[in-house]
Amino acid sequence: MAIASITVSETPLVLYTLRRADDALILGHRLSEWCGHAPMLEEDMALANMGLDLLGQARELYSYAARVEGKGNDEDKFAYLRDVRQYRNLLLLEQPNGDFARTMVRQFFYSAFADLYWRAMMKSADATLAAIAAKSEKESAYHLRHSSEWIVRLGDGTEQSHARAQTAIDHLWAFTGEMFEVDASERALIDAGVAVAPASLRPQWLKTVAGVVGEATLALPKSDWMQQGGREGRHSEHLGHLLSELQSMPRTFPGAVW
Amino acid sequence: MATPNTPLWEVFIRSRNGLAHKHVGSLHASDTTMALQAARDLYTRRGEGLSIWVVPSSAITASDPSEKGMMFEPAESKIYRHPTFYEVPDEVGHM
Repeated sequence: MAIASITVSETPLVLYTLRRADDALILGHRLSEWCGHAPMLEEDMALANMGLDLLGQARELYSYAARVEGKGNDEDKFAYLRDVRQYRNLLLLEQPNGDFARTMVRQFFYSAFADLYWRAMMKSADATLAAIAAKSEKESAYHLRHSSEWIVRLGDGTEQSHARAQTAIDHLWAFTGEMFEVDASERALIDAGVAVAPASLRPQWLKTVAGVVGEATLALPKSDWMQQGGREGRHSEHLGHLLSELQSMPRTFPGAVW
Repeated sequence: MATPNTPLWEVFIRSRNGLAHKHVGSLHASDTTMALQAARDLYTRRGEGLSIWVVPSSAITASDPSEKGMMFEPAESKIYRHPTFYEVPDEVGHM
Protein backbone atom coordinates (compact mmCIF):
# COMPACT_ATOMS: atom_id res chain seq x y z
CA MET A 1 0.00 0.00 0.00
CA ALA A 2 1.29 3.39 -1.01
CA ILE A 3 -0.09 5.39 1.88
CA ALA A 4 0.04 4.80 5.61
CA SER A 5 -2.97 4.14 7.80
CA ILE A 6 -4.21 6.80 10.21
CA THR A 7 -4.20 6.45 13.96
CA VAL A 8 -7.48 6.86 15.80
CA SER A 9 -7.93 8.09 19.36
CA GLU A 10 -10.57 5.58 20.38
CA THR A 11 -12.34 7.24 23.26
CA PRO A 12 -15.49 5.32 24.21
CA LEU A 13 -17.80 7.52 22.13
CA VAL A 14 -15.48 7.53 19.11
CA LEU A 15 -15.10 3.77 19.29
CA TYR A 16 -18.84 3.25 19.75
CA THR A 17 -19.66 5.43 16.76
CA LEU A 18 -16.98 3.87 14.59
CA ARG A 19 -18.27 0.38 15.33
CA ARG A 20 -21.72 1.29 14.03
CA ALA A 21 -20.25 3.20 11.09
CA ASP A 22 -18.14 0.18 10.15
CA ASP A 23 -21.21 -2.06 10.35
CA ALA A 24 -23.03 0.15 7.87
CA LEU A 25 -20.08 0.60 5.50
CA ILE A 26 -19.08 -3.06 5.34
CA LEU A 27 -22.61 -4.38 4.82
CA GLY A 28 -23.28 -1.59 2.34
CA HIS A 29 -20.14 -2.54 0.42
CA ARG A 30 -21.15 -6.20 0.38
CA LEU A 31 -24.53 -5.24 -1.09
CA SER A 32 -22.82 -3.08 -3.70
CA GLU A 33 -20.99 -6.22 -4.90
CA TRP A 34 -24.37 -7.50 -6.15
CA CYS A 35 -24.75 -4.55 -8.50
CA GLY A 36 -25.25 -6.01 -11.96
CA HIS A 37 -25.26 -9.60 -10.63
CA ALA A 38 -28.60 -10.01 -8.85
CA PRO A 39 -31.01 -12.75 -9.92
CA MET A 40 -33.36 -10.19 -11.48
CA LEU A 41 -33.23 -6.52 -12.37
CA GLU A 42 -35.80 -5.57 -9.73
CA GLU A 43 -33.73 -7.18 -6.98
CA ASP A 44 -30.55 -5.64 -8.34
CA MET A 45 -32.08 -2.25 -7.64
CA ALA A 46 -33.43 -3.31 -4.25
CA LEU A 47 -29.98 -4.49 -3.11
CA ALA A 48 -28.29 -1.34 -4.39
CA ASN A 49 -30.92 0.79 -2.62
CA MET A 50 -30.26 -0.94 0.67
CA GLY A 51 -26.53 -0.55 0.12
CA LEU A 52 -26.94 3.17 -0.46
CA ASP A 53 -29.06 3.52 2.68
CA LEU A 54 -26.26 1.91 4.64
CA LEU A 55 -23.58 4.00 2.97
CA GLY A 56 -25.53 7.11 3.99
CA GLN A 57 -25.68 5.89 7.58
CA ALA A 58 -21.95 5.16 7.53
CA ARG A 59 -21.14 8.65 6.27
CA GLU A 60 -23.13 10.36 9.02
CA LEU A 61 -21.62 8.15 11.71
CA TYR A 62 -18.05 8.60 10.43
CA SER A 63 -18.51 12.35 10.24
CA TYR A 64 -19.80 12.40 13.78
CA ALA A 65 -16.91 10.22 14.99
CA ALA A 66 -14.51 12.66 13.32
CA ARG A 67 -16.12 15.62 15.08
CA VAL A 68 -16.03 13.88 18.45
CA GLU A 69 -12.43 12.77 17.97
CA GLY A 70 -11.32 16.21 16.80
CA LYS A 71 -7.97 15.04 15.43
CA GLY A 72 -8.38 16.06 11.82
CA ASN A 73 -9.73 12.74 10.60
CA ASP A 74 -12.81 12.68 8.40
CA GLU A 75 -15.25 10.19 6.91
CA ASP A 76 -12.94 9.35 3.99
CA LYS A 77 -9.92 8.78 6.22
CA PHE A 78 -11.91 6.49 8.49
CA ALA A 79 -13.19 4.49 5.54
CA TYR A 80 -10.09 4.41 3.37
CA LEU A 81 -7.10 4.71 5.66
CA ARG A 82 -7.63 2.21 8.43
CA ASP A 83 -6.34 -1.32 8.06
CA VAL A 84 -8.25 -4.47 8.81
CA ARG A 85 -7.32 -4.58 12.51
CA GLN A 86 -8.69 -1.06 12.97
CA TYR A 87 -12.12 -1.99 11.62
CA ARG A 88 -14.71 -2.67 14.31
CA ASN A 89 -17.66 -4.10 12.40
CA LEU A 90 -19.60 -7.24 13.28
CA LEU A 91 -18.16 -10.40 11.74
CA LEU A 92 -21.62 -11.20 10.38
CA LEU A 93 -21.54 -8.26 8.03
CA GLU A 94 -18.17 -8.99 6.41
CA GLN A 95 -19.16 -12.54 5.49
CA PRO A 96 -19.14 -13.02 1.71
CA ASN A 97 -22.37 -12.69 -0.22
CA GLY A 98 -22.43 -16.36 -1.17
CA ASP A 99 -25.64 -17.16 -2.98
CA PHE A 100 -28.75 -14.96 -2.86
CA ALA A 101 -30.12 -16.89 0.13
CA ARG A 102 -26.99 -16.22 2.18
CA THR A 103 -27.08 -12.52 1.35
CA MET A 104 -30.73 -12.32 2.37
CA VAL A 105 -30.28 -14.26 5.61
CA ARG A 106 -27.34 -12.03 6.56
CA GLN A 107 -29.49 -8.98 5.80
CA PHE A 108 -32.41 -10.40 7.71
CA PHE A 109 -30.42 -11.24 10.86
CA TYR A 110 -28.85 -7.79 10.88
CA SER A 111 -31.90 -5.76 9.89
CA ALA A 112 -34.04 -7.45 12.53
CA PHE A 113 -31.47 -6.16 15.01
CA ALA A 114 -30.87 -2.75 13.41
CA ASP A 115 -34.58 -2.00 13.30
CA LEU A 116 -34.87 -2.47 17.06
CA TYR A 117 -31.51 -0.86 17.74
CA TRP A 118 -32.14 2.38 15.86
CA ARG A 119 -35.64 2.68 17.25
CA ALA A 120 -34.22 2.44 20.78
CA MET A 121 -31.36 4.82 19.92
CA MET A 122 -33.86 7.54 18.99
CA LYS A 123 -34.03 8.11 22.75
CA SER A 124 -30.24 8.41 23.11
CA ALA A 125 -28.95 11.17 25.38
CA ASP A 126 -26.59 12.04 22.51
CA ALA A 127 -28.61 14.32 20.23
CA THR A 128 -26.57 13.54 17.09
CA LEU A 129 -26.83 9.79 17.53
CA ALA A 130 -30.55 10.18 18.23
CA ALA A 131 -30.97 12.13 14.98
CA ILE A 132 -29.01 9.56 12.97
CA ALA A 133 -31.15 6.87 14.59
CA ALA A 134 -34.38 8.59 13.55
CA LYS A 135 -33.28 8.54 9.91
CA SER A 136 -31.75 5.06 10.01
CA GLU A 137 -34.75 3.48 11.70
CA LYS A 138 -37.01 4.02 8.69
CA GLU A 139 -34.39 2.55 6.38
CA SER A 140 -33.77 -0.46 8.59
CA ALA A 141 -37.49 -1.08 8.96
CA TYR A 142 -37.74 -1.39 5.18
CA HIS A 143 -34.65 -3.61 4.97
CA LEU A 144 -36.24 -5.90 7.55
CA ARG A 145 -39.50 -6.04 5.66
CA HIS A 146 -37.83 -6.74 2.35
CA SER A 147 -35.47 -9.42 3.67
CA SER A 148 -38.27 -11.03 5.73
CA GLU A 149 -40.44 -11.40 2.64
CA TRP A 150 -37.56 -13.06 0.81
CA ILE A 151 -36.80 -15.46 3.69
CA VAL A 152 -40.43 -16.62 3.63
CA ARG A 153 -40.40 -17.05 -0.16
CA LEU A 154 -37.05 -18.84 -0.23
CA GLY A 155 -37.89 -21.13 2.68
CA ASP A 156 -41.41 -21.86 1.53
CA GLY A 157 -40.43 -21.91 -2.16
CA THR A 158 -38.80 -24.77 -4.02
CA GLU A 159 -36.78 -27.65 -2.63
CA GLN A 160 -33.62 -25.94 -3.76
CA SER A 161 -34.44 -22.49 -2.36
CA HIS A 162 -35.46 -24.07 0.94
CA ALA A 163 -32.17 -25.99 1.17
CA ARG A 164 -30.11 -22.91 0.31
CA ALA A 165 -31.93 -20.75 2.87
CA GLN A 166 -31.51 -23.37 5.59
CA THR A 167 -27.80 -23.74 4.77
CA ALA A 168 -27.40 -19.96 5.02
CA ILE A 169 -29.13 -19.85 8.41
CA ASP A 170 -26.98 -22.69 9.73
CA HIS A 171 -23.83 -21.02 8.45
CA LEU A 172 -24.52 -17.50 9.73
CA TRP A 173 -26.19 -18.29 13.04
CA ALA A 174 -22.92 -18.34 14.99
CA PHE A 175 -22.27 -14.73 13.95
CA THR A 176 -25.48 -13.36 15.46
CA GLY A 177 -24.39 -13.40 19.12
CA GLU A 178 -21.87 -10.62 18.57
CA MET A 179 -24.69 -8.12 17.99
CA PHE A 180 -25.69 -8.39 21.64
CA GLU A 181 -22.24 -8.18 23.22
CA VAL A 182 -21.03 -5.27 25.30
CA ASP A 183 -17.54 -4.41 26.55
CA ALA A 184 -16.45 -2.09 29.36
CA SER A 185 -16.24 1.02 27.16
CA GLU A 186 -19.80 0.50 25.93
CA ARG A 187 -21.07 -0.26 29.41
CA ALA A 188 -20.19 3.29 30.49
CA LEU A 189 -22.09 4.75 27.52
CA ILE A 190 -25.10 2.58 28.29
CA ASP A 191 -25.08 3.78 31.90
CA ALA A 192 -24.93 7.37 30.65
CA GLY A 193 -27.97 6.84 28.42
CA VAL A 194 -25.97 7.45 25.26
CA ALA A 195 -26.11 3.83 24.11
CA VAL A 196 -28.75 1.14 24.46
CA ALA A 197 -28.06 -2.20 26.10
CA PRO A 198 -28.24 -4.60 23.15
CA ALA A 199 -29.07 -7.52 25.42
CA SER A 200 -32.40 -5.82 26.14
CA LEU A 201 -33.22 -6.09 22.42
CA ARG A 202 -32.47 -9.79 22.15
CA PRO A 203 -35.86 -11.24 23.23
CA GLN A 204 -37.70 -9.17 20.63
CA TRP A 205 -35.04 -9.92 17.99
CA LEU A 206 -35.38 -13.63 18.65
CA LYS A 207 -39.17 -13.38 18.46
CA THR A 208 -39.02 -11.59 15.10
CA VAL A 209 -36.41 -13.95 13.68
CA ALA A 210 -38.10 -17.11 14.94
CA GLY A 211 -41.46 -15.91 13.63
CA VAL A 212 -40.23 -15.32 10.08
CA VAL A 213 -38.06 -18.44 10.03
CA GLY A 214 -41.02 -20.49 11.24
CA GLU A 215 -43.33 -19.01 8.62
CA ALA A 216 -40.68 -19.88 6.04
CA THR A 217 -40.80 -23.53 7.21
CA LEU A 218 -37.13 -23.19 8.14
CA ALA A 219 -35.49 -23.87 11.50
CA LEU A 220 -33.05 -22.02 13.74
CA PRO A 221 -30.00 -24.02 14.85
CA LYS A 222 -29.98 -25.38 18.38
CA SER A 223 -26.35 -24.40 18.92
CA ASP A 224 -25.70 -21.33 21.05
CA TRP A 225 -21.93 -21.20 20.48
CA MET A 226 -21.21 -17.76 19.12
CA GLN A 227 -18.29 -16.33 17.18
CA GLN A 228 -16.82 -12.99 18.26
CA GLY A 229 -13.91 -10.62 17.67
CA GLY A 230 -15.05 -8.07 15.11
CA ARG A 231 -15.67 -5.35 17.68
CA GLU A 232 -12.02 -5.66 18.79
CA GLY A 233 -10.63 -5.80 15.26
CA ARG A 234 -10.14 -9.57 15.07
CA HIS A 235 -11.76 -10.38 11.77
CA SER A 236 -12.35 -13.29 9.45
CA GLU A 237 -10.05 -13.61 6.45
CA HIS A 238 -12.75 -12.03 4.27
CA LEU A 239 -12.50 -8.46 5.50
CA GLY A 240 -8.94 -7.90 4.26
CA HIS A 241 -9.96 -8.80 0.72
CA LEU A 242 -12.99 -6.53 0.95
CA LEU A 243 -10.90 -3.60 2.17
CA SER A 244 -8.21 -4.09 -0.46
CA GLU A 245 -10.88 -3.48 -3.08
CA LEU A 246 -12.68 -0.73 -1.17
CA GLN A 247 -9.43 1.14 -0.44
CA SER A 248 -7.37 0.49 -3.56
CA MET A 249 -7.99 3.83 -5.25
CA PRO A 250 -7.34 6.21 -2.34
CA ARG A 251 -4.38 4.10 -1.20
CA THR A 252 -2.80 4.12 -4.65
CA PHE A 253 -3.65 7.70 -5.60
CA PRO A 254 -3.83 9.65 -2.32
CA GLY A 255 -6.07 12.68 -2.51
CA ALA A 256 -7.28 11.88 -6.02
CA VAL A 257 -10.44 13.74 -7.04
CA TRP A 258 -12.69 13.73 -10.06
CA MET B 1 -39.51 -13.41 -22.20
CA ALA B 2 -41.78 -15.92 -20.49
CA THR B 3 -41.50 -15.61 -16.71
CA PRO B 4 -44.22 -17.81 -15.18
CA ASN B 5 -42.90 -17.31 -11.61
CA THR B 6 -42.53 -13.57 -11.94
CA PRO B 7 -45.38 -12.17 -14.02
CA LEU B 8 -45.56 -8.60 -15.26
CA TRP B 9 -47.10 -5.79 -13.19
CA GLU B 10 -48.03 -2.23 -14.12
CA VAL B 11 -46.99 0.48 -11.68
CA PHE B 12 -48.96 3.64 -10.89
CA ILE B 13 -47.57 6.41 -8.69
CA ARG B 14 -49.38 9.32 -7.10
CA SER B 15 -46.85 12.08 -6.69
CA ARG B 16 -48.87 14.44 -4.47
CA ASN B 17 -52.11 14.58 -2.55
CA GLY B 18 -54.93 15.63 -4.82
CA LEU B 19 -53.36 14.26 -7.98
CA ALA B 20 -54.31 11.01 -9.69
CA HIS B 21 -52.13 7.92 -9.81
CA LYS B 22 -50.14 7.94 -13.04
CA HIS B 23 -48.72 5.02 -14.94
CA VAL B 24 -44.91 5.06 -14.63
CA GLY B 25 -43.81 1.68 -15.95
CA SER B 26 -43.82 -2.02 -15.31
CA LEU B 27 -41.83 -4.70 -13.51
CA HIS B 28 -41.59 -8.42 -12.83
CA ALA B 29 -42.45 -9.81 -9.40
CA SER B 30 -43.68 -13.05 -7.88
CA ASP B 31 -46.73 -11.64 -6.07
CA THR B 32 -48.46 -8.45 -4.88
CA THR B 33 -46.16 -7.88 -1.88
CA MET B 34 -42.96 -8.22 -3.87
CA ALA B 35 -44.42 -6.16 -6.72
CA LEU B 36 -45.16 -3.31 -4.32
CA GLN B 37 -41.65 -3.46 -2.85
CA ALA B 38 -40.04 -3.60 -6.28
CA ALA B 39 -42.16 -0.64 -7.38
CA ARG B 40 -40.94 1.30 -4.37
CA ASP B 41 -37.32 0.41 -5.15
CA LEU B 42 -37.55 1.05 -8.90
CA TYR B 43 -39.87 4.02 -9.22
CA THR B 44 -39.68 6.11 -6.03
CA ARG B 45 -35.90 6.41 -5.64
CA ARG B 46 -35.97 10.16 -6.21
CA GLY B 47 -38.94 11.00 -4.04
CA GLU B 48 -41.46 10.63 -6.86
CA GLY B 49 -44.37 9.37 -4.87
CA LEU B 50 -46.65 9.22 -1.87
CA SER B 51 -48.71 6.26 -2.99
CA ILE B 52 -48.19 3.25 -5.25
CA TRP B 53 -50.61 0.97 -7.05
CA VAL B 54 -49.49 -2.24 -8.71
CA VAL B 55 -51.82 -4.04 -11.08
CA PRO B 56 -51.25 -7.36 -12.83
CA SER B 57 -50.63 -6.50 -16.48
CA SER B 58 -52.90 -9.39 -17.39
CA ALA B 59 -55.80 -7.55 -15.72
CA ILE B 60 -55.60 -4.72 -18.22
CA THR B 61 -57.76 -4.79 -21.33
CA ALA B 62 -56.20 -2.63 -24.02
CA SER B 63 -57.59 -1.11 -27.17
CA ASP B 64 -56.38 -2.62 -30.44
CA PRO B 65 -53.78 -0.40 -32.17
CA SER B 66 -55.08 -1.49 -35.58
CA GLU B 67 -58.47 0.05 -34.70
CA LYS B 68 -57.15 3.46 -33.84
CA GLY B 69 -58.76 5.03 -36.89
CA MET B 70 -62.20 3.89 -35.87
CA MET B 71 -61.58 4.51 -32.18
CA PHE B 72 -59.97 7.92 -32.11
CA GLU B 73 -60.15 9.79 -35.41
CA PRO B 74 -63.86 10.69 -35.15
CA ALA B 75 -63.00 12.90 -32.13
CA GLU B 76 -60.37 14.91 -33.96
CA SER B 77 -62.79 17.01 -36.00
CA LYS B 78 -64.94 18.01 -33.03
CA ILE B 79 -63.06 20.93 -31.62
CA TYR B 80 -66.26 22.29 -30.05
CA ARG B 81 -65.84 19.62 -27.37
CA HIS B 82 -62.78 21.41 -26.03
CA PRO B 83 -63.81 23.82 -23.27
CA THR B 84 -61.56 26.58 -24.56
CA PHE B 85 -64.19 29.34 -24.44
CA TYR B 86 -64.18 30.01 -20.71
CA GLU B 87 -61.48 30.58 -18.13
CA VAL B 88 -60.86 28.26 -15.21
CA PRO B 89 -60.71 30.22 -11.93
CA ASP B 90 -57.38 29.84 -10.11
CA GLU B 91 -59.17 28.51 -7.02
CA VAL B 92 -60.14 25.36 -8.89
CA GLY B 93 -56.53 24.20 -8.90
CA HIS B 94 -55.85 20.94 -10.71
CA MET B 95 -58.48 19.87 -13.19
